[in-house]
Amino acid sequence: MTLRDKAAIVGVGATPYYKRGRSLPQTPFEMAGKAMLAALADAGLSVTDVDGLALYSFGLGGDTSLFAQVMGIPEVRFTAMLTGGGGGAAGSVGLGAAAIASGMATCVVSLMSLQQAASRFGASYAPKGKPGAQYSAPPSPEGNFIQPAGLVGPGQMFAVLAQRHMYRYGTKREHFAEVAISTRENARRRETAIMRDELTLDAYFDARMIADPLCLYDFCLECDGAVAVVTTTAERAKDLRHPPAFVRASANGGNGRWGQAITWMGMPDEEFASSGHRPVAKRLWDMAGTGPGDVDVALLYDHFSPMVILQLEDYGFCGIGEGGDFVADGNIRWPTGALPVNTHGGNLSEAYIIGMTHVKEAVEQVRGTAVNQVEGAKVALVTGGPASLPVSSLLVASEPA
Amino acid sequence: MSDGPATHAKLPPAELIGLTPDVFTKPFWDAAVEHRLVIPRCTTCATFRLPPSAFCWSCSAQEVEWVEHDGRGTVYSFTVIHHPVLPELADSVPYVPAVVELPGTNGCRLVGALGDVALAEVHIGMDVELVWRAVRDGETVPTFRPSGS
Repeated sequence: MTLRDKAAIVGVGATPYYKRGRSLPQTPFEMAGKAMLAALADAGLSVTDVDGLALYSFGLGGDTSLFAQVMGIPEVRFTAMLTGGGGGAAGSVGLGAAAIASGMATCVVSLMSLQQAASRFGASYAPKGKPGAQYSAPPSPEGNFIQPAGLVGPGQMFAVLAQRHMYRYGTKREHFAEVAISTRENARRRETAIMRDELTLDAYFDARMIADPLCLYDFCLECDGAVAVVTTTAERAKDLRHPPAFVRASANGGNGRWGQAITWMGMPDEEFASSGHRPVAKRLWDMAGTGPGDVDVALLYDHFSPMVILQLEDYGFCGIGEGGDFVADGNIRWPTGALPVNTHGGNLSEAYIIGMTHVKEAVEQVRGTAVNQVEGAKVALVTGGPASLPVSSLLVASEPA
Repeated sequence: MSDGPATHAKLPPAELIGLTPDVFTKPFWDAAVEHRLVIPRCTTCATFRLPPSAFCWSCSAQEVEWVEHDGRGTVYSFTVIHHPVLPELADSVPYVPAVVELPGTNGCRLVGALGDVALAEVHIGMDVELVWRAVRDGETVPTFRPSGS
């Protein structure tokens, strides 16, 4: 038994997206509520229908109690959160679908609300009590083995993985540039996108280097905003406002020795220059009964541009080590490529709401209502992470298998 | 490699560094103050592990012996930090966090800033040696420099 096609996403909603800190004086909690109400309205449902919350990355501060109380959810029958950070974005919807498939809940909201005014992910590993500590995660004995090297932000850490990928497979900065530029081209056509100016190859190479080999345009945006999605039973989904986006499959986790990954750097050699997604991809395809050849559009978590290339490899769209050539050949461009990627402009150019914009775009693509619509799109892949374990993915489809 | 004016690796500021050892990592940091690199090895299955931890990931045993290592290794990967993400880093860029593989330790890697080197010379596979850096009383952390420098 699997959760295949037993649940469907029926509503998506979002606040506007803001540059870091500009969502004030709204609170993150308030934005979460606005996004949920928008998603419910989109579905033709109301808050009285909600009976579950499936979250990730400390959404709602890791506690749904106040949210249920303030929003007037009549009865919470399921409340759970994937551990870890952004790696759980796509998988949080799978968690909700699992609750629905098992009968624990009937209408589950997954959401992310982010406000980087008092905090800043770019320096999230600065040590407590030291400069930058206002941005930081709690210090750990394990972190002591990374942070004295001056690694204080995730982009610096992923640069180390990207460097190894370049060494091992011959990947080039031109390949990273193709990810950044193709994603920007998609964002330019969207009113919701924060970055809509043209990005040329010259501008990419003229940009300041942040953490070699990653330059300014290899980094995602620092944003505020909230995105929510509503998932319900496949049966009920058929009677609601929009065509359902069936949850074909979802998986999360990773190899145990992927572990803390970028905050460890001890992953096995064969997996180091990867996205950590390989075992999750295998389980996703197994559950779906399909493979990469059936995907019409991929919404790949793009906090840093090289990580799109590594995921293309790990999900089997090309061979391991061939991701650079795959993007250089134009495959990820919308609308001409064989596999349009991040048609919404991604974390890189639309907005970084820790990956939930990717879920929203997948739903709009299989509904046929996306701004940059992939013609006839029936199956969309969404990923969360690379990150420390778990990473996750979600496959949505316009029809049951 | 670098597109900035600075061509030589600096080190991240000592003020940014702070250690919070637990019972399992304390022997590592105590030895560091004495300028000794020690790596825990499982007494049951002889697997090394870094960071030091409560259990052997290979056999689940807990007991370890602390084995000295000469701190010579090779750069497995690295990045060159050019942009100070915190204002406090402004005078310290560029610096080079490096992941260094330690031979004879079943693939254990130690992460430290690679200094005393021209940025253009840093590469994967480079031979490096450990240099202890005291950041304050009782807190000494590993850094690296090219072998024989």
